[in-house]
Amino acid sequence: MKSLILFLILLILWLLMSGHYSILIISLGIFSCAFCVYVAKRGKLIDEEGLPIFFIPRLLNYLIWLFKEILKSNLSTAKVIINGKVEPETFTVKASQVTDVAKVTYANSITLTPGTVTTKMQKDIFEVHALNSDFGNDVRNNEMDNKVTWLEGKK
Amino acid sequence: MELILDIFTGICFFIGSLSIIIGACGLIKLPDVFSRIHAAGMIDTGGTAFFILGMVFQSGWSLITVKLILIGVFIFFTSPVTSHVTANLARQKNILPVGKKIGKIL
Repeated sequence: MKSLILFLILLILWLLMSGHYSILIISLGIFSCAFCVYVAKRGKLIDEEGLPIFFIPRLLNYLIWLFKEILKSNLSTAKVIINGKVEPETFTVKASQVTDVAKVTYANSITLTPGTVTTKMQKDIFEVHALNSDFGNDVRNNEMDNKVTWLEGKK
Repeated sequence: MELILDIFTGICFFIGSLSIIIGACGLIKLPDVFSRIHAAGMIDTGGTAFFILGMVFQSGWSLITVKLILIGVFIFFTSPVTSHVTANLARQKNILPVGKKIGKIL
């Protein structure tokens, strides 16, 4: 079942990237996608971590919210750089996700919004560096944590 | 119609280059390595996102648009990883960030 989903994703990617729709090219694409799926299956790479399909139903909603956050914090980072009022702070937050993929998604989302970077992680404790206390409070009020837990959908 | 799209592209390129210039200033101006990563993150997200949006306005509905969006998706997946690796390496070499520390840090 998961192999089939991976095959379909790879095939759609091939069709979108190539742009040539003759029988020879499409059959070559089907062959190479099938070979990739075979190699991935033999290497036992198709599991919940390699193909996190439980993200897909809520992914679009989350991405729209994330882009909004990135725009907002881009503006505030630009203001901080122009003003020159930098008061960096370092603190730890606890991630409430269950799976490793969701934890990585949370850490990546923190890093992707300018003004906050995850510098270290140990199990479910993240060490976060923020440019000033406004950015720090945005992470500490756990809004993003709750969003990623909702995206994961396991609780 | 062409004119409107051109104007939108121009606005997007203007915002994108503005955020890249501010990010580059931040790279020089901010105090330590951890703060400079924030400026680099601004270039990665704000700069590339607006440039790709501007190029999407020019290409219209075609396969090129799909490829541009895929470029954006891959940059968005990989740029936080490089930021995190830089920060993590600095922490492993026992470089402590300037500024206050709240609570016990790892």
